[in-house]
Amino acid sequence: MDYSQFLAMRQEIALLVVFLLVFLYDTFMPKKALAATASFSTVLFGLFTVASFLWGNPGEVSAFAGMYQTSATCVAIKNILNVGVLIVLIQSCRWVNGEFMSIRRGEFYELLLVTLFGMYLMISARHFLVFLIGLESASLPLAAMVAFDKNRYESHEAAIKYMLTAVFSSAVFMMGLSFVYGLTGTLYFSEIALQLGNDIDPLLVVALAFVISGVGFKLSLVPFHLWTADVYQGAPTSVTSYFSVISKGAAAFAFLVILVQAFGTFYSTVWEWMLYALIILTITIGNLFAIRQTNMKRFLAFSSISQAGYIMLGVVACNAHGLESMMYYILVYIFSNLAAFGVIGAIENQTGKVLMTDYNGLSKTNPWLAFSMMLAMFSLAGIPPFAGFFSKFFIFNAAISQGSIAIYILVLIALINTIVSLYYYLLVVKAMYISPEEPQIATFRSACTERLGLWICVSGIIALGIVRFFYDSINALGAGLNAPDTITNLLNMIG
Amino acid sequence: MFSNVLIYFVIIPLLMLGGFFLCRDIKQIRAVAVVGSTALLALSIWLLVDYLGLRAAGATAPMLYCDSWTWFAPLHINLAVGVDGISIAMLILSSIIVFAGSFASWKIDDARHFFMWLLLLSTGVFGFFISIDLFTMFMFYEVALIPMYLLIGVWGTGRKEYSAMKLTLMLMGGSAFLMLSLIGIYYHSAADSSQLTWNILEIAANGAITTEWQYFLFPMCFVGFGVLGAMFPFHTWSPDGHACAPTAVSMLHAGVLMKLGGYGCFRVAMYLMPQAANDLAWIFLILTGISVVYGAFSACVQTDLKYINAYSSVSHCGMVLFAILMINTTAMTGAIMQMLSHGLMTALFFALIGMIYGRTHTRDIRLMGGLMQIMPFLGVGYVIAGMASLGLPGLSGFVAEMTIFVGSFEHADMFHRVFTIVACSSIVITAVYILRVVGKLLFGPVQDEHHRSLTDATWWERLSTITLIVSVAAIGCFPNFFESLIKFTFSPELFHAIGM
Repeated sequence: MDYSQFLAMRQEIALLVVFLLVFLYDTFMPKKALAATASFSTVLFGLFTVASFLWGNPGEVSAFAGMYQTSATCVAIKNILNVGVLIVLIQSCRWVNGEFMSIRRGEFYELLLVTLFGMYLMISARHFLVFLIGLESASLPLAAMVAFDKNRYESHEAAIKYMLTAVFSSAVFMMGLSFVYGLTGTLYFSEIALQLGNDIDPLLVVALAFVISGVGFKLSLVPFHLWTADVYQGAPTSVTSYFSVISKGAAAFAFLVILVQAFGTFYSTVWEWMLYALIILTITIGNLFAIRQTNMKRFLAFSSISQAGYIMLGVVACNAHGLESMMYYILVYIFSNLAAFGVIGAIENQTGKVLMTDYNGLSKTNPWLAFSMMLAMFSLAGIPPFAGFFSKFFIFNAAISQGSIAIYILVLIALINTIVSLYYYLLVVKAMYISPEEPQIATFRSACTERLGLWICVSGIIALGIVRFFYDSINALGAGLNAPDTITNLLNMIG
Repeated sequence: MFSNVLIYFVIIPLLMLGGFFLCRDIKQIRAVAVVGSTALLALSIWLLVDYLGLRAAGATAPMLYCDSWTWFAPLHINLAVGVDGISIAMLILSSIIVFAGSFASWKIDDARHFFMWLLLLSTGVFGFFISIDLFTMFMFYEVALIPMYLLIGVWGTGRKEYSAMKLTLMLMGGSAFLMLSLIGIYYHSAADSSQLTWNILEIAANGAITTEWQYFLFPMCFVGFGVLGAMFPFHTWSPDGHACAPTAVSMLHAGVLMKLGGYGCFRVAMYLMPQAANDLAWIFLILTGISVVYGAFSACVQTDLKYINAYSSVSHCGMVLFAILMINTTAMTGAIMQMLSHGLMTALFFALIGMIYGRTHTRDIRLMGGLMQIMPFLGVGYVIAGMASLGLPGLSGFVAEMTIFVGSFEHADMFHRVFTIVACSSIVITAVYILRVVGKLLFGPVQDEHHRSLTDATWWERLSTITLIVSVAAIGCFPNFFESLIKFTFSPELFHAIGM
């Protein structure tokens, strides 16, 4: 066996090292030192993030008989996720350091790092078994994280709901896999594509539907979204923010890889139309339900459902443009959504309030929090000059580059939905800035970690769009592809 | 980048934004507002003089001061700027109104944040007029829309939350269609897919958009901009929005922002898709014809001063789109003149209404009367604005509407003739509602004895009003100058493409 192929997994291995260090620290350090678990883990993860930017890219390598694949694009999406996780960790420091968490600080980080490891595997897997291991290790520990507030009833309820749906969706996914295996006799993505050829078997359509719904659960696409709102509401805010951006980003990328690599030939015949239906449903229903929410976390749950629909536009484009703009969208979405969750978390930690009516008049008592929240809302709604505008524009642009008239209609529906989303995002702005009622939340000074997290997010919201560096770097991943609108080049870019 | 003069139209408002951030008290805020808006005004006048100089020296390019800086190279997005006579006219209009608006908001509450949002709005407006790249144009367009929400919602009066939301959603709804059509234009901008471009001049030169695609994209583009131009039936945001907005915002919004719609229809929809424009003009002619007449009739029955003026804006802005759709040089020149004229005149109206409302605390004409005796300066200003609006020779309205109707009448077929006559009739209706208000408000008996103790305009209000009056009169007295400024820009290709 060639042991050098482990080097291809250097990001995963480094992540495991971080995990082990946190675990050892948590297990063997004296009680006094445990108070510093949060800072220790955050700093360690920060170092890992930097290192992963600097040395994480082994180039395009296929390891373990083609089960594991890495490339500049895979490394880039992992790095994007790392940045998001780092912000989540910074924002959650105060919560972790709270009285309530004192006996299980380390566990939060351990569970989180394990799920991240699972997502890494999902991204790099080129064999369905490896993918399944990634999927499971990304899902099951999350249930424990959701149940972290063990004194809160909602937290338990959310954990059970999440657990059941996650297991159920895995079962559905595996059912689809077994059909695929029955058809082709292999679980390698590339082999599947070769074996399937161009013939449409009815069994294949069913298998694809199962596979799509299995991953759809992870991405909380409608109609597989029913767990989302309850889980988002019940989970501790730090866990919710992790849920909403990181696990979504990883799943979206993995989804693209599976669809393109294993089932790429059936794009226009089978799954393009499935995705159309899913996208329209996801965006529309996510938006319509978001309008009526009064709890901020539920509100963002539905908002993130509809955002997942927009992310899927990058998949449905099925070309390198789509992939680039999807990665860019995920990056921007991480910053915008984490800014919103940062404000919610800061207010919840201070006052325990999470209702939208509690935000009335927030601009008078806590102008900076209100300002950050407003920027987050504008960015999520796609208002220039904030980053969300650019990411939305680029993803629509990428979708249309596919060129059929059907995609124009799809994009038009998505665009009309942005108006609906603007309405409910503006409701938050209205509560904070316009509502004449007395402020519900007294002036307070948030913890320095929370402020640091918000500063990072706000500067991201402002800079990610206007400064061309970020999009250019993502685009550079596909450099050398002369015609970015073919599926072959998309495959080349994924690696 | 900084060697191009146009970019300063965006940089100055942004610097002002930063300046407001650093200000400590209201005096400094006013100082920044005055210095900045004067600088913008001076810059636009200098640009006008320099532009005319260049043209006189024989510059024949369709756009001058062109420059382009790469922004997102993979998507061919550039920050491209350039102006012709029309853009310059719009820039001057915007800077005059920003200048007058700064003085009209002398006493606003929470001035720092008000001016910051106002200047963000102005940044969008100026950026829109200097851009010739569809992406940046659209970005600036949206930048100009969103501050309206907070400006109306926070500083407005009446049903402000409802109006602000309605306005924002309707305008953003328009821009959703617009975005799709702009992306569509981009993907058909060149025959060779590696040469795709967002640059208006290049797209027009390529002329690669096929007729079928034009039929598909043109209506979306025209409606997208038309919403902001208050085209029937998408005008309903306008009366509510204007009625609830604070003075300077109404001025800027009716004066400049609605012109973004007309300008966009002209510059993007008509210019890039002339074939569809020619073939589908009749649909929009009907709609804009309805706007013109319907707006005027609605204004007749309103009792709130701002509603009257808002519906009057619907009518006048409808006239702009109406004239553009006539697709001939005379009518289009008239359309641009009407944009200028309506911008200045309606800003003057809204400024005066704001000043009157600030004193009487009502805008209901039934509760006011005889204001001419009490505040003669504001009264005279109102009469002048009214006369400009109903088209008295010597003021801007006459020049614009005359040109439009002469141009429209050049079409000899029945359809155009009928609609021209119908639209013409709005002039009469305009006279009805203007004279009704002037008679009731200014010359009738004093309705409320408390009004007798009110004071006339302060110096900053006078400055704001006089600036606008002078501009209105300037257009009315020197129409040839403005016409020659605009005329050169009707590039022959537009008409050539549709065989006229």
